[in-house]
Amino acid sequence: MRRVRCGSVLLFVFFLLLFPQSLFAQEADPATNPGHLTWMLTSSALVLFMTAPGLAMFYSGLVRRKNVLGVMMQCLFLMGLMSVVWALWGYSLCFGGEGKFIGNFDHVFLKGLTMGTETPGELPGGEVPDLIFMIFQGMFFIITPALICGAFAERMKFSAMALFSVLWGTFVYCPLCHMVWGEGWLYYGSEGSLLGGALDFAGGTVVHISSGVSALLAAMMIGRRLGFGSEDMRPHNLTYTVLGAAMLWVGWFGFNAGSAVAANDSAANAFVVTHLSASAGALSWALIELIFRGKPGVLGTASGAVAGLVCITPAAGFVQPMPALAMGAIAGVVCYFACGKLKATFGYDDSLDAFGVHGVGGTLGAILTGVFATQQVYPDGPNGSVQLVIAQAAAVGVTVVLSLVVSFVLLKILDITIGLRISQEGEVRGLDIAEHGEEGYIS
Amino acid sequence: MKKVEAIIRHFKLEEVKNALTEGGLTGMTITEVRGFGRQKGHTEMYRGTEYAVDFVPKVKVEVVCTDEQLQSVVDIMMQAAQTGQIGDGKIFVSDLANIIRIRTGETGQDAL
Repeated sequence: MRRVRCGSVLLFVFFLLLFPQSLFAQEADPATNPGHLTWMLTSSALVLFMTAPGLAMFYSGLVRRKNVLGVMMQCLFLMGLMSVVWALWGYSLCFGGEGKFIGNFDHVFLKGLTMGTETPGELPGGEVPDLIFMIFQGMFFIITPALICGAFAERMKFSAMALFSVLWGTFVYCPLCHMVWGEGWLYYGSEGSLLGGALDFAGGTVVHISSGVSALLAAMMIGRRLGFGSEDMRPHNLTYTVLGAAMLWVGWFGFNAGSAVAANDSAANAFVVTHLSASAGALSWALIELIFRGKPGVLGTASGAVAGLVCITPAAGFVQPMPALAMGAIAGVVCYFACGKLKATFGYDDSLDAFGVHGVGGTLGAILTGVFATQQVYPDGPNGSVQLVIAQAAAVGVTVVLSLVVSFVLLKILDITIGLRISQEGEVRGLDIAEHGEEGYIS
Repeated sequence: MKKVEAIIRHFKLEEVKNALTEGGLTGMTITEVRGFGRQKGHTEMYRGTEYAVDFVPKVKVEVVCTDEQLQSVVDIMMQAAQTGQIGDGKIFVSDLANIIRIRTGETGQDAL
């Protein structure tokens, strides 16, 4: 035994002598700083974890039992589908080149992406290798269209959902992501940006507002579920939903703190404010249900946590803990009314409240980022001001218009060609049997 | 012969079963059922959307017995299933035309 250990030590020293450069040069190169690398690898996995099991459980618990597989499948399938699209052309359209509105084709098929940080096109994410930045960002590309699925749940054709997600990712997400994070038209401080550009740390505009308003439009264009308002459409398994929300909460640390693209103080701040905002959101929604219906609801508490997480997303790298508490608390109350009252007033069927939570919470977060941002957290950024709020609102406006216009065209084309909605018979039987030929629960 | 169907509360099922077995009954069938009587339903709220749940879940116990056993079966059920609150359920008694034991082909009271 002892001999073996001695032998391996000798072998190790031998290799040290053989490749001294490769071992010691790495420590000096920030590109391969193992701390940054480790955190970004972890964050990437955490963000993927949000889509499934997180979102898959959160959403599938809210539908009727005949559609449980249909909803889980949307999340799971998008993991595969959007990842492929991301590798083929999505990443390049988001982060290739220096265009104002959309990336270029420099990195299609991940061309030029290496473990170095100096691939052509001056890529962002300098603290970690481009390859890691690419896979981290790819996880956002998956969850964003998956969020939309909540709006047309229980009635959208699977084929239409898949095609819509590919097209939406390409024509809504890519330009938006490039404008906001690829140093484009909405990027804070980039040359010629709109009103000086907006702050969006982890995806208030790119992820939540874009998916939220597209979801609202999709819900309206596809129409209400059969029997909406008359049939029993209670969530079939809130235990899934609660566990899913808890998984989202955990995954969100990767989403927000990972968006620092480094294991540094910015990531630490993002982690703390994310957690506090979620906590305050859960409390405030539970409290308002206690006031209005006499009991603190479990679904409400879970939804409040998610609302708090959505709201803090654009602000995570720019605000301090106490404003984060306020943001979460406000989000819980505002989203409560958005889900309960807006839907009832206007009569649309945003089945799982993709708009009520992500659209409304994201918008709130984007605006409040303009109020609470401080240089004490991010010295290179602005302090909260009226001007910044206006710039944030302008970015929200651009996001809303882009999402609505492009989504409308995409949905219209799909509706005319393959049809968005499954047959009436299929809807009555449920997506599981009609679209997948399986059942979630036997007996 | 009589068939006795009782709609009772879930948590009373075990007591009713034990009491009937002690009273000499050799079999019973239970079903999960939903319905309403004077207890009515309740409302549930999901993210501000209210659902009136009219049908309350209950258990239906079905037993068959001879005419002579009937009174004691009903008494046992009454005693075991009662809480005194609204929602204790009901007992329905009906005449039974015949019983056939599948294994042997016995009929009537022999099949009980």
